[in-house]
Amino acid sequence: MSIRSLLRALGLLAVGLFFLFPLFWVLMMSFMTNADILRSPPSLIFEPTVSNYTSLLSGSLASQVGTLNVDYVQNLMNSFILAAGSVVLSLLLAVPAAYAFARFRFRGGENMAFTILSFKFAPPLLVLIPLLGYFRQIGLTDSYIGLIWVYQLITLPLVLWIVRGYFEDISEDVEYAYRLDGHSWWETFTRIALPLARPGIASAGLLAFIFAWNNFIFALVLGSSRVQPVTVGALNFVTASGIQYGQIAAALVLSILPTLAVALYAQRFLVQGLSLGAVKG
Amino acid sequence: MSYLQISNLSKSLGRAEVIRGLDLAMDHGEFLVVFGPSGCGKTTLLRLIAGVIKADGGEVAIAGESMAEVEPEHRGVAMAFQSFALYPHFSAFENIASPLRADGLAEREVKQRVQEVAGMLRITNVLDHMPKELSNGQKQRTSLARSLIRRPRVLLLDDPLRNVDAKLRYEMRIELPEVLRQFETTVLYVTQDFKEAMALGDRVAVMLDGAIRQVDRPANIYRRPADLDVARLFGDPPMNLIPTRPQRHNGGGITVRLGESVLDAPGCPERLLDRECVVGIRPEDVHFLDSREGDCLPVRLEAVMPLNVRTAMLVTAPGALELTSSAWDIREARDEENDTAVRIDLNGAVYFDPDSGQRVQNQ
Repeated sequence: MSIRSLLRALGLLAVGLFFLFPLFWVLMMSFMTNADILRSPPSLIFEPTVSNYTSLLSGSLASQVGTLNVDYVQNLMNSFILAAGSVVLSLLLAVPAAYAFARFRFRGGENMAFTILSFKFAPPLLVLIPLLGYFRQIGLTDSYIGLIWVYQLITLPLVLWIVRGYFEDISEDVEYAYRLDGHSWWETFTRIALPLARPGIASAGLLAFIFAWNNFIFALVLGSSRVQPVTVGALNFVTASGIQYGQIAAALVLSILPTLAVALYAQRFLVQGLSLGAVKG
Repeated sequence: MSYLQISNLSKSLGRAEVIRGLDLAMDHGEFLVVFGPSGCGKTTLLRLIAGVIKADGGEVAIAGESMAEVEPEHRGVAMAFQSFALYPHFSAFENIASPLRADGLAEREVKQRVQEVAGMLRITNVLDHMPKELSNGQKQRTSLARSLIRRPRVLLLDDPLRNVDAKLRYEMRIELPEVLRQFETTVLYVTQDFKEAMALGDRVAVMLDGAIRQVDRPANIYRRPADLDVARLFGDPPMNLIPTRPQRHNGGGITVRLGESVLDAPGCPERLLDRECVVGIRPEDVHFLDSREGDCLPVRLEAVMPLNVRTAMLVTAPGALELTSSAWDIREARDEENDTAVRIDLNGAVYFDPDSGQRVQNQ
């Protein structure tokens, strides 16, 4: 092995450690008691315990002062409903819109697309307070529908702009050819454009899911514990008797699993997309 | 009434006016080649006929019926694309079967008809391949098969031989007319290769700047191009175009001055006498002579370009006149033999008005 490739390997190792170490540490913490975690100096030798997980899943948090009820499982379910609901709604709305923006030139089209993108630039706090007022009036606070609606501020622009790029990359000729074969524009959209843009739609959906999953501020202000996701739910572990690091770590590990699963599933489509490039002559 | 009738068609893309008042008419079963340089609007014309883009003005009619309100899938028009435009996620079989699927044909008939057309184009062995596994030649045949399988009323071929290698292109130039004849369809074939236009078309339409400049049999366009632009385009090597002023010779015949020499120009129109004009001489009308005797133009051979078919030669004559000549025999550019002579056959020459660029006809 040459020095060059050795350095390269070392560099990659350093980068890998830098990103994976926090994850590793959180995983370790999730199997420690609070006492082990707070020991100074920290030690890698400890007696692993699953009590953090059991207390999370059973919903009762044992601490020095007594037991505290937490709805972590409910939070996890909420996260899933909110993120999945947001992605489904965004895909339904943004994929046809992305196709329209990619294929048709219409008056104000570019402005419209950019306005939607600008939703992502606005700081959430700017819209939160007036939004809270409106939501109270029309009774959308503390509801899944209300939160999914607000999450579109995050996911809709993302899906629209990523998928639009993929549609633009599909040769117009391929779609023209399908029309001339005798198919309607709708059949052309569903059987040619959608399958060919699938890697783009998959990656946009995946990113949107992660962004929605990680959102904190909207759910904190607009929802109660009934609909709040894990990001907000983790606040419950900051208790009067101290911060429950072990449970927080276990909660984090559990909350990463769904996004990891989605990423692994969607990966197939991403790879397939790369090998489909057979349109060029 | 023509089968395919295009009248006063116009289309702008962005600010550029791509098609300007284009007229074209084709008979049923005709094979017409549209020849033009890249960027002259050929592909846009085909897309307008197919209906996948909408015209700004004018009309396309097929079999006497205006296509203005007819969607592309109902026009009975098929097209083979320069980029092949195969569906990358369908096998070659499904690519070819696509028009039949749209008609909802039974599986057995689909199979039979795909086999039939694939056999004709000799791609039966690759039907279960995906497009990315096909060679360019096979892609091109698959795309042709797809456009032919439903026996379209009008078949549009957008430079289909552009992206295949030279040997295959040559084969297809011979094979394609044979295949198309069996389908008895009206074919509009677009190319920017003048040899292809000469080889394939019953008639050739020369397209320039979004309009048709001349429609005629290939040989007629070659011999009597309608204007200077067509003359420059149509031919390889291109026509010699030399500004001149025809004069009445003492004896009565008309002569033209080429460089420092004055030559008899028997075919020159009378009304060009004493007027500025451009004389167009095909390279094959510039004949090499063995000696500088008689009615000849002394020239010096400057460069030789073997074309294998005819050899093209560049010569200069006194008076800073440059000419290209082409001949069957190959000369070598050797210094001692380069000062030679040519005889120019002005019988085949054509004359253009330098201002309008139009060919001046001989009444």
